[in-house]
Amino acid sequence: MLLIPCPWCGHRDESEFTCGGEAHIQRPPDPAALDDAEWADYVFMRTNPKGRHRERWCHSHGCGRWFNVERHTVTHDIVAVYRMGETPPDDGDVDGS
Amino acid sequence: MTSQPFRLPDGGAIDRARPVSFSFNGELLTGFSGDTLASALLANGVHLVGRSFKYHRPRGILSAGTEEPNALVQLESGNRSVPNLKATRIELYEGLTATSVNCWPSVRFDAGAVIDVAHRLVPAGFYYKTFMWPHGGWHFYERAIRRMAGMGRAPTGRDPDRYERMNAHCDVLVVGAGPAGMAAAQAAGRDGARVILADERSQPGGSLLNMAANESGTEPGWSSGVTAELESMKNVRVLSRTTVTGYFDHNFLIALEQVTDHLGPDAPARLPRQRLWRIRAGRVVLATGALERPLVFANNDRPGVMLAGAARAYVNRFAVLPGRRAVVVTNNDSAYEAALELHVRGVAVAAIVDHRGRPDGRAVRGAEEAGLEVMPGHAVVDTNGRRRVRAAAVARIDGDGAIAGPTRTLACDLILMSGGWSPAAHLFSQSGGRLRYHAALEAFLPDHPRQSVRCAGAINGAADTTACMREGRSAGLDGSAAPEAASASPTPPAQRQVFARHRAGEARAFVDFQNDVTAADITLAAREGYESVEHLKRYTTLGMGTDQGKTGNVPGLAILAGTLGEAVPAVGTTTFRPPYEPVTFGAIAGRDIGALADPVRRTPMHAWHEAAGAVFEDVGQWKRPFYYPQPGENKRAAVARESLAVRNAVGIMDVTTLGKILICGSDSVEFLNRVYTNAWDSLAVGRCRYGLMLGEDGMVLDDGVTAHLSPNQFLMTTTTGNAARVLAWLEDWLQTEWPDLNVYLASVTEQFATMALAGPGARQVLVGLVDDIDVAPAAFPFMAWRTGRVAGLPARVFRISYSGEVAYEISVPARHGMDLWTAVLQQRSGYEVTPFGTEAMHVLRAEKGYPMIGQETDGTVTPLDLGMQWILSSKKDFLGRRSLRRSAMLASSRKRLVGLKTEDPEAVVPEGAQILPTPPSGPPETMIGHVTSSYWSATLRRSIALALVIGGRDREFHTVHIPLDHGTLRAEICDPRFYDPEGIRLHG
Ligand SMILES: [Zn+2]
Repeated sequence: MLLIPCPWCGHRDESEFTCGGEAHIQRPPDPAALDDAEWADYVFMRTNPKGRHRERWCHSHGCGRWFNVERHTVTHDIVAVYRMGETPPDDGDVDGS
Repeated sequence: MTSQPFRLPDGGAIDRARPVSFSFNGELLTGFSGDTLASALLANGVHLVGRSFKYHRPRGILSAGTEEPNALVQLESGNRSVPNLKATRIELYEGLTATSVNCWPSVRFDAGAVIDVAHRLVPAGFYYKTFMWPHGGWHFYERAIRRMAGMGRAPTGRDPDRYERMNAHCDVLVVGAGPAGMAAAQAAGRDGARVILADERSQPGGSLLNMAANESGTEPGWSSGVTAELESMKNVRVLSRTTVTGYFDHNFLIALEQVTDHLGPDAPARLPRQRLWRIRAGRVVLATGALERPLVFANNDRPGVMLAGAARAYVNRFAVLPGRRAVVVTNNDSAYEAALELHVRGVAVAAIVDHRGRPDGRAVRGAEEAGLEVMPGHAVVDTNGRRRVRAAAVARIDGDGAIAGPTRTLACDLILMSGGWSPAAHLFSQSGGRLRYHAALEAFLPDHPRQSVRCAGAINGAADTTACMREGRSAGLDGSAAPEAASASPTPPAQRQVFARHRAGEARAFVDFQNDVTAADITLAAREGYESVEHLKRYTTLGMGTDQGKTGNVPGLAILAGTLGEAVPAVGTTTFRPPYEPVTFGAIAGRDIGALADPVRRTPMHAWHEAAGAVFEDVGQWKRPFYYPQPGENKRAAVARESLAVRNAVGIMDVTTLGKILICGSDSVEFLNRVYTNAWDSLAVGRCRYGLMLGEDGMVLDDGVTAHLSPNQFLMTTTTGNAARVLAWLEDWLQTEWPDLNVYLASVTEQFATMALAGPGARQVLVGLVDDIDVAPAAFPFMAWRTGRVAGLPARVFRISYSGEVAYEISVPARHGMDLWTAVLQQRSGYEVTPFGTEAMHVLRAEKGYPMIGQETDGTVTPLDLGMQWILSSKKDFLGRRSLRRSAMLASSRKRLVGLKTEDPEAVVPEGAQILPTPPSGPPETMIGHVTSSYWSATLRRSIALALVIGGRDREFHTVHIPLDHGTLRAEICDPRFYDPEGIRLHG
C-alpha cells in the first residue's frame, strides 16, 4: 500500500485516496470542433507507461482535494507531488507524456 | 504404553511440572507445557501423522517449523476449527484436539492409498491430460477428485472468536528474533529509534533455541539478557508469536499475531484470538534466517525421514529423541553438528553418509573423533519401511551422482538429511528486491533491494552466530554501512547437491512433499517442454502447497536445471508472493463483520417504518422501506394496494435518502449549464427543473431535480445510490478543470428529512397542514417550490412528481422528520394517507415510462437511447455532448427504450430476460434486447415491462419472443408510457 504525501495533510495511506488516472489531460475548449477520433482520444485514450507517470489523485477520505502525483509505475516511487494548476517540477524523464 | 517414551530425562525448554494432555486422531496423549504438537507427538513415538495430497502416502514430521509440508492437521472441531495447520507450529495446550487431514477413513488405513499402488497412472499433469476429455468432462470428475484430495475442512458456522486489526508505525521493523534480529533490535533501540521486533516463535532466540548451549556461539545468558533489555526499552515493542507474512509497497508490512492460539479454550475473553498488524516502517531489517533443504532420493518421504536441523531442535529445545538409531545423510557440514548432539544424547548414529568425496572441517573431525562412522562419497539411494522408516540403502556415487558401487543396507528408525540451507528471502523478494544465486551455497541470496530494507544473518548466508550478530548490529544501527555479504563471512561450507539416480518411474524421490511432486515429474515436465520455471510450477504444482515450497523449491530448480543442462541461475526462480504464511480470514476481516461490515444509514423516520412492519431494501448503505405488508398480504398484494392508493387517493413516501447537494457561488448557473444537458439560465428563484447528467462518454450518469433557492444558490438532488459519486464528480470538475468558477458544493443529504406526498388528494391533504403557503394550482404550479410552515414545522415544499400524480416533496430539518411524518398521517382532510415503499414507486414510474438510473441505465445507455432528445440543449456545450454525435452513438444497432406488453397479461417477465425477434430455434439465437424493468401493474390490471431493444420504437406493435426456463413468452413492443401518456393528471 502506497504512502502518499497529500500537499495539504501530509503522508497518508493509499486507502484514503482515489486515483483519477493520467494527469494533464485538458478538456478541449471547443469539443464540437473535433472529429470523432480526436474526441475519442481525449475521452478514452490514456498512456500506460512503464516508468514515471503523472497521475491525478484525490484525498477523498481526507481533505477531499485533488492534486498531482508523479509515480514510477514499476517501483511505485513517488517522485513528486504538486497541486492542481502548478507546473510539474521537472519536465525531464517522464514517460509517455 | 509408557508416557512419552522418547522424552529425555532432562534438558529442553519445556516445563516438566506442567504436563498437558491432548488428543491426536482420537488417541489421548500427554506432553509438556512448552511443547509443540509435533514435539509432543514425537515424545510419544508418533511419527505417522498424515497422508500425502496426491498419492496418500504415509507421512511423518519433516521439520520443526514453518516450512513443514507434511504434518498438517485439523485443529479442534466445530466452528472454532482451523484446517491445514502445521503441527510444528501449534503450541500445545490442555485439551487440544487435532486430527490428520488428507486421510479417510484413518491415517493408518487410507482408502486413497490405492492411488500410490497405481502411481504409474498419475504422472505430472495427469489431471490436465486426462480429465479435460471429453469436453466439459472436468466438471464431472472434479467433484470426485476434490473429495479424494481435499485438504482440511472449513467450518460451516460462524467463527465464535474475535479478531482485531492494529495499525502501527515505527522507524525500524526487525523481522525475526534470532541472534541477528535481536542484535539489530538492540542496536536500533539503544540508538533511540522506535523499534518493532516481530518473531513467529513464543520467545526470542531463533536458532539459539534449537542448539545445545555450548554450541550456540554466544556467551551464556546473551539471549535472555538482550530479551530483558529489549523489554525494558520504552521505544521497543517485541511482538512474539507474530509472523510477518506480507511485504508491500512503501515499506508496508502485514503481520499476524497469534494472541491466544496457544491458550486454546482457556484464553481470556478480553483478548482477541489473533491480531493482524499493519505496519508502516521507516526501514526494515530482515533477519529471517534460513530453511534447511531435503535431499532427493528414492522413498525419502517415509515417516522417520527428517531434516537434520529439525532433529537438533527436537533434542535440544524439547528434549525429545526423534528415533533410537539414525542414518545421517548430508552434502554440508551442518548435519555433523546434529549427528554429534544426537549421539551425545544417546541416539545411535549408524553412519554419516556424505555426498562430498572429501568432507573436511571442524564438524567433520569432531564426528570422527567421537567415533562416528563417516561415509564420504556416498548417498542414500533408497529406504524401506511402511509406516516408519526401517532401513536406508547406501551406495557409493560417482561425480554425476550415479550409483557406483554395491548397495549396503543400514537398519535405522530415523534418517536425518541436510541438503544445505535456503535463505528465507521470501519477504525480501516480495518487497521487490532482486535475488542472486550463490554457487558455493547453492542458494538464492538477497542482492539488490528496491525499498528501504537490509538483511542480516543467515538470510545473507552468514556462516555462524558471531557473524549473524555482527550483521544484525550493523543493520539495526543506520542502514548505511555496507551489508556483510556472504563472501565476507568465513568460508561457507562446501556443498554438493547430488541427486542419487533412481530407476526411472519406479521409486519415488520426492521434491515437494506436500504436493507429491517427484524428481521424475520434473524431468518429465521438462521433456514435455515445460522449461520455464513458472510453467513447471503450474504444470507439476511444485511449490504451490500451503508451505509454498519452502523446502523443495531449490532442489526442484536444481533438477530442472540438470535436466535442461543449464546452470541454476539460468533457470531462475519463481516469484515469491504474499503471504509467507497463510493468514486466517478471521484476522483479515477483523472487526469488519456483521453489523460492523458496512455502516447502515437510517432516515429520521426509520423507527416508524420498522414499527409499521416495513420490509426494507438496501440502497447503497441506506435502509429504505420496500413495501409495508399488512397482515395476510404478500409482496404483490401490498405493492398493488400502495400503488392504487397513490393513483386513487394519496400516498406518502420517505425520500430522505435522495442525495442533496447545496451549490453556492456566483457561477452556479454556468456550472449547472456545464454538468447538465439542459439549460439553466432562465430558471427563476422559486422554480425547479429536472436535469440529466452524462459522463464525457455520453452515457447517462444520474438525474434529479434542482431548485433555485436564491440568487447564487441551488439545491441539487441526486439518486440515492449515486449521491457520493455525483458529489465527487462535480468536485473533480470544479477543482481540476474549472478552478476559475466561483462555485462551492456541500452535501446536505442528512441535514433534511424529506417525504413525498403523491396522489389526486395530495393538495387537499397539504391544505390542512399549511397556513402560510398558498397551494392553489395557479399560485403553486408544477415544478415550483415554496417555503413556509407545514404542521407548524419550518419546511420547503417542492411540487415535483415521479409518479405522474399531483405530488409535493416536503423537506424539513432532519430533527423534525418524524414529527412531520406522523402529523401527515394523522391529518384530518378526509383522505387516508397510505405509506408506500420503493417498489410501489418503481411501479408508478414504470407505468409512466420514466427510466430509472441503474435500472434502465447501466453505463452504456445514452439519452438518445432513452428517447430523451428533448432534454439535450442545442445552444450550449455540456459534459458528454460531443460523444452523442459520434457515429457509433447514432448507429441503428443501438438498443433503445421501449415498452413491452406480454400476450398473457398475467405473466410478469423476469428482469434481465433476453428478447428474440423470432421464436427460439436453438443456439445461437439472435438477441435484440433485454428486459430492464418488469412489474405487475394493479392500476392497469396487467403486467408491464420496459426494455432496451435494437430498433426501439421502430418495432412498435411487433411481437417479440422471450425464452425462459419453462417455455417462451410472447410480447408486443409498445410506447413505454403505459398510463396517462399526455400527463394530464400531473397538473390536475
Ligand atoms: Zn489531504
